[in-house]
Amino acid sequence: MKLKEKPTWRELPFACCIPEPGNSVYYKTGDWKTLKPVVDKTKCIKCGTCWIFCPEYAYEEDEYGYFESNLEYCKGCGICARECPAQCITMEEEVVE
Amino acid sequence: MSVTQRPKEAYLNVFAYRMAPREEYFTRGHRACQGCGPALGLRHIMKAAGRDTIVVNATGCMEIISSPYPYTSWAVPWIHVAFENAAAVASGVDAAIEALQRKGKLPRKKINILVIAGDGGTADIGLQALSGMLARGHNVTYICYDNEAYMNTGVQSSSATPFGASTTTTPAGKVSFGAGYWKKNVAAIATAHNVPYVATACPSYPLDLIRKVKRSFELKGPAYIHLFAVCPTGWGSPPELTVRMGRLAVETGIFPLYEVEFGRYRLTIDFPQGLRPVEEYLKNQRRFRHLSPEIVQQIQERVTAEYQRLKTMEKVTQG
Amino acid sequence: MAKRTGIEVSIAIAEAARQADVDVVSAYPITPQTHIVEHLAQLVADGDLDANYITVESEHTAMSACVGASAAGARVFTSTSSQGLALMNEIVYLASSLRTPVVMALANRALSGPISIWNDHSDVMNERDTGWICIFANNGQEAYDLTLMAFRIGEDKRVMLPVMINFDGFILTHVIEPIYMFDDDEIADFIPPYEPVIYLDTDNPITMGPVGVPDIYTEAKKQQEVAIRESRSVIDEVFDEFAGRYGRRYRAVETYKAEDAEIVLLAQGSVIEAAEAAVDVLRDQGKKVGAVELRLWRPFPFDDLREVLCGTSIKQVVVLDRCISFGGPIGPVLSEVRSALYLEKDKPMVVGVVAGLGGRDIHLEEYIEMFRIGEECLRTGKDAGEEPELVKIVGLRE
Repeated sequence: MKLKEKPTWRELPFACCIPEPGNSVYYKTGDWKTLKPVVDKTKCIKCGTCWIFCPEYAYEEDEYGYFESNLEYCKGCGICARECPAQCITMEEEVVE
Repeated sequence: MSVTQRPKEAYLNVFAYRMAPREEYFTRGHRACQGCGPALGLRHIMKAAGRDTIVVNATGCMEIISSPYPYTSWAVPWIHVAFENAAAVASGVDAAIEALQRKGKLPRKKINILVIAGDGGTADIGLQALSGMLARGHNVTYICYDNEAYMNTGVQSSSATPFGASTTTTPAGKVSFGAGYWKKNVAAIATAHNVPYVATACPSYPLDLIRKVKRSFELKGPAYIHLFAVCPTGWGSPPELTVRMGRLAVETGIFPLYEVEFGRYRLTIDFPQGLRPVEEYLKNQRRFRHLSPEIVQQIQERVTAEYQRLKTMEKVTQG
Repeated sequence: MAKRTGIEVSIAIAEAARQADVDVVSAYPITPQTHIVEHLAQLVADGDLDANYITVESEHTAMSACVGASAAGARVFTSTSSQGLALMNEIVYLASSLRTPVVMALANRALSGPISIWNDHSDVMNERDTGWICIFANNGQEAYDLTLMAFRIGEDKRVMLPVMINFDGFILTHVIEPIYMFDDDEIADFIPPYEPVIYLDTDNPITMGPVGVPDIYTEAKKQQEVAIRESRSVIDEVFDEFAGRYGRRYRAVETYKAEDAEIVLLAQGSVIEAAEAAVDVLRDQGKKVGAVELRLWRPFPFDDLREVLCGTSIKQVVVLDRCISFGGPIGPVLSEVRSALYLEKDKPMVVGVVAGLGGRDIHLEEYIEMFRIGEECLRTGKDAGEEPELVKIVGLRE
């Protein structure tokens, strides 16, 4: 169930509570960024440093144990690139087509 | 003093982070600024607190960025009431759950009650409610994320603002060097309440932070955790340096990481070979850019003395 | 069975909270509320009430803890007075907007300054628009009965709003009255266990009190406004059920010898009983006078009031305010009564007086003076006299 952003007063949940936990996942913050992280998997050691230090929880682990940033949420802060012990992440300009 | 010296946690296997809990109870899609230290800290805190947690959030950055209707970043029950009363609301939640479980109206299970409040909501306007909650002995863990000013309203100074910092209400100017008072030590105030557990933490040391949050819930009674949380927007520091800045605050002794369990002090991250000079921490921040070498020296002396005091407390109380 | 017992009114109110089996009491001591909370603390200490009593460090925390406890699913009771309520003010609004049905016993006392521990209604009037259901008791029996009913009204799933029961500080709180107290079993039947609509449940996590962005704040306020307006039918239902069970009938607007009266005095709280004595004296002199009590203050009983005052024998209403609206329309009760009658065609004139501030006694001759002011208005035909906005204080030394 996705709550309406502009409900009528009758549609608004009781006491304007939000009954669905963690529904901010519907709210994509990826368009905030100007730079995006690019992971060089040939250098990645799969340590998870990028994942633990991401304030957005944008990093996701794939089936091979690599971590990659979900760009729908990544705000492009660059902490991951800075902290990566293998220095395998670079911040690159987002190209808008 | 070695420049390459790293804290204990850095010597851990670099793969240790993979051991951190995978569950996220503070979810993505929140609206914190790029490189937000408090938001990063919240992620770690909620990994540690887990599913059976009720969060009481004071008004502030973390409340605003996580709950603009119709979106919530909270996957646990969460309540915001007002600014200065999060500890008071949590006291009520604790009393209610205890009574309802005793009376058989709620199933008996351990529920973690967690307060999240900023430094304004803790060191200033919420100090009385915090003191009351600690003194009454509620089963509540109170975490202050300290970004050292009222960031939500535009970087006004709080009593947790550090000496010499330029804020919008303690601006550096022709005749002023910024905040002319020393940062209030709320962890020490909490410790003075003789509560079971007080700790300082920083999201740059996630495993230390996660362990401390877990420990606070293991012990019966109130706990206070003071979380150093870098604010790139308010401090004028590059967002990519958030984790680095937190580490520098710890490595310079500006913000020592310690815990006080039943009165016994322990530095959880220590630097036997000495601390880095405070300039290394101060230099990357716009809010300190105006500081003269004399002021920096004053800060250095204070930091050294405070660190020594902690070391002494550790020695005396661990005895 | 109800037993008639000589009991201090404060103790009776605390006993009502015990009989309602509250889970959490959170209160900060303030004169003249103290006997209520002391008794509750003793009940908890003796194991006669299975509740957690939170010894808070301020009234602001008292109300905050009430909201937190109620949000966690507990039945909650608090009590305060005057400055305490003023300090709570910020959170009083949160209790209603978060729909936490806290019950508060308010021992009405004047607001500072100068500091006064004695009775008037300035404390409650300050909270007029906070969204609480607000009811006045005029004696100890009513205070006890209404405290019991407050749980039923506030916790009704169609309502879910906090309720404030008002009774005059010292004049009622510290007086021993014969009061009919019900058996615990009867009350357990009258007040069923509290079932929250939403609560902080780890098995069903919800977010309570999110940021009210401009796209929803208006709708949230409308929802709250409808809730308190619609609580009226539940209030009447509970009054009816109470009358059916226990024989005492409560109404939103009470009257005394108003049926054929030309001039009535309208007031709230314990002064009503004294005003009725003045009515009797004047009736003996052949004057057609009566008294009207505005028992229900929020939601405001517009229709009931119009039914009593409009198209009847009543030509003149004298409203007694126990609080001054500084620089405004004399007093809040006057302002609201006039507003309620404004669009009516066949309505009485309404004049306002202020009396009984900060514990100043109102004597019989002063009630008679209030009726005389009403008579004069009626005679001259000048609504509220020569200077309509002048605050007429009865019992003032000039």
